[in-house]
Amino acid sequence: MENNEYIKRPENLVYRKPRLLNDNNMHYCPGCSHGVVHRLVAEVIEEMGVEHKTIGIAPVGCAVFAYNYIDIDWVEAAHGRAPAVATAVRRLNPDRLVFTYQGDGDLAAIGTAETIHAANRGENITIIFINNGIYGMTGGQMAPTTLEGMTTSTTPYGRRIDLNGYPLKITELLAQLPGTCYVTRQSVHTPATVRKTKLAIRKAFENSLAGKGTSVVEVVSTCNSGWKMSPAKANEWMVENMFPAYPPGDLKNEE
Amino acid sequence: MVFPPRKKMEEVRLMKGNEAIAHAAVRYGVDGYFGYPITPQSEVLETLEELMPWETTGMVVLQAESEVAAINMVYGGASTGKAVMTSSSSPGVSLMQEGLSYIAAGELPALVVNVMRGGPGLGTIHPSQADYFQATKGGGHGDYHFIVLAPATVQEMADFVGLGFDLAFKYRTPVMMLADGIVGQMMEKVVLPPARPRRTEQEIAEQCPWAVTGRPGWRKPNVLTTLELDSYKMEENNRRYQQTYDLIRRNEVRYKEYHTEDAEYLMVAFGSIARICLKAIEDARARGLKIGLVRPVTLWPFPEEIISELSKKVKGILVVELNAGQMIEDVRMAAKDRVPIYHFGRLGGIVPNPQEVLDAFEDRFLKSK
Amino acid sequence: MAKAKGAVEINSERCKGCDLCVVACPVQVLSLQPKEVNNRGYHFAFASNPQACIGCAACAAVCPDGCIAVYRIMPER
Repeated sequence: MENNEYIKRPENLVYRKPRLLNDNNMHYCPGCSHGVVHRLVAEVIEEMGVEHKTIGIAPVGCAVFAYNYIDIDWVEAAHGRAPAVATAVRRLNPDRLVFTYQGDGDLAAIGTAETIHAANRGENITIIFINNGIYGMTGGQMAPTTLEGMTTSTTPYGRRIDLNGYPLKITELLAQLPGTCYVTRQSVHTPATVRKTKLAIRKAFENSLAGKGTSVVEVVSTCNSGWKMSPAKANEWMVENMFPAYPPGDLKNEE
Repeated sequence: MVFPPRKKMEEVRLMKGNEAIAHAAVRYGVDGYFGYPITPQSEVLETLEELMPWETTGMVVLQAESEVAAINMVYGGASTGKAVMTSSSSPGVSLMQEGLSYIAAGELPALVVNVMRGGPGLGTIHPSQADYFQATKGGGHGDYHFIVLAPATVQEMADFVGLGFDLAFKYRTPVMMLADGIVGQMMEKVVLPPARPRRTEQEIAEQCPWAVTGRPGWRKPNVLTTLELDSYKMEENNRRYQQTYDLIRRNEVRYKEYHTEDAEYLMVAFGSIARICLKAIEDARARGLKIGLVRPVTLWPFPEEIISELSKKVKGILVVELNAGQMIEDVRMAAKDRVPIYHFGRLGGIVPNPQEVLDAFEDRFLKSK
Repeated sequence: MAKAKGAVEINSERCKGCDLCVVACPVQVLSLQPKEVNNRGYHFAFASNPQACIGCAACAAVCPDGCIAVYRIMPER
């Protein structure tokens, strides 16, 4: 049927998923941003050639099974404790690349103390922070980063500031700490932003290996299941609603 | 508990139990200590910071932001095959229960020291043994146990660091040293263990093929996780844990007997209170009252057999604890209530003297009976 | 100016039919299968208009499941 089959030769290959992203089908919902970020992490580790010295710390939340998809060594941490786990892993193995991969509930609610103190000590780790403003794994409850007025299963009439407080801008908080060297906010909803996020992860990983301090890469993400919209619509909704509260760009970039 | 005569060249030092733990950790070649200050055990962290072992052995010492963080640092460090430890006291150890459950589930070696103080709640900074249940019955969630060592002397505080790690790595299990404020704060003579270097990366890789170290191309990823949603696999995991516990029950029961050969009555006590019981027993023997003492050194696994055996010979058992009656349950199960078994305990940080123990004994067994 | 010519290879069993590649493609090469589903029940993506492909890999960049391989040849001058 397709008469461009002749193009599909090895020498013409411009893109395929990285080897470290294995063939297991990911459990994420269709269109979930996690899959893109997983792929980028795998690509960067592969391109840097550091899989033999990379240790990932998986969170509790949707990404709890990250270790099933990226073929590197992993430790699965208790809920919120990934930065504490990473602290010890990196300090006891100072030549390793150590990163945590955490969602907003894990990082900015139950694990706030561990996150802030690890960053404040300037631990030489990378924190990859998936912010979709909702608890995906447990069925769409309010997260610390849920927007005002946003409907979740525990804020069925919208998040009310008087009841639930304000969306927590923890990345801005982390950027204030002298222990962080690189704090950036990205997204993965277009080809261009995907490329920028990949560069950000690469920079963060290089910082961690070089021992420059804590690097934080927030990825403003969608949870189309939790948000109850199609993946494409979720991307639009994210740009319209999440970006004003969580504007993309570098918050801190120390050379 | 009587010190054996020492060889002339041995270096005898005078120090607190808490300090002995710190010195022993550096000498054993521990890779990392992560802790949070709490009375009455803060000297462990303080001594380590003073010793600066990162300059000598390369040991990492870190004051964490909480006990929650500290135990998860232990979890992380242990995942990489390193010998890591923490210490705390009762309220702090309560905060560590989640992490301990994960460490047990991850089958990770680690040493956790609890220098017990009185509870519940914030309680008191004075000594207590009220965390016996928490330590021996699995204080966190899930079906798990770990080895619990109960030191009675500063010497044992030092020695159990090495013993604890040896057992932890042998069985891939956390080990708890369940001390109390008395033995933590008390100064006593101690002979420190010989210093040895930390294990090399190569040695760790050989001893701990499961360790999360970064994946070389020739092997599959090492993943340390305690999550298993497949119920059949999860049951398998649990069965494996139980097999390890059975093995530990068979091999690692430790206790000390004193004056049991001709005993007509028995006392059972662990940790520092056992020393007070021993003094009471010696006083009683001077008056012709034949009492023996069993001091469990491992609280889990519990020395059931010896207590069961002795319960067939004696007229009664007094369990003496600095709590309202916790170990007595294990003593009663072991002795199957063959003889009257009573408890004597002081609470709230009060430590009874030998006469009080003896009075309690006479009150339970000798008066109007 | 002559355009580059490209081709995509989609792992249709891995695809979850999220539609993000369809939206991302600048030259409308891709569609979701209107009726056919894969073994997991998803209407997977396919190249409904393969001639238009320029091999830009935009689809592969946004694919959350790493399903897409992209090939390209530059135009001969």
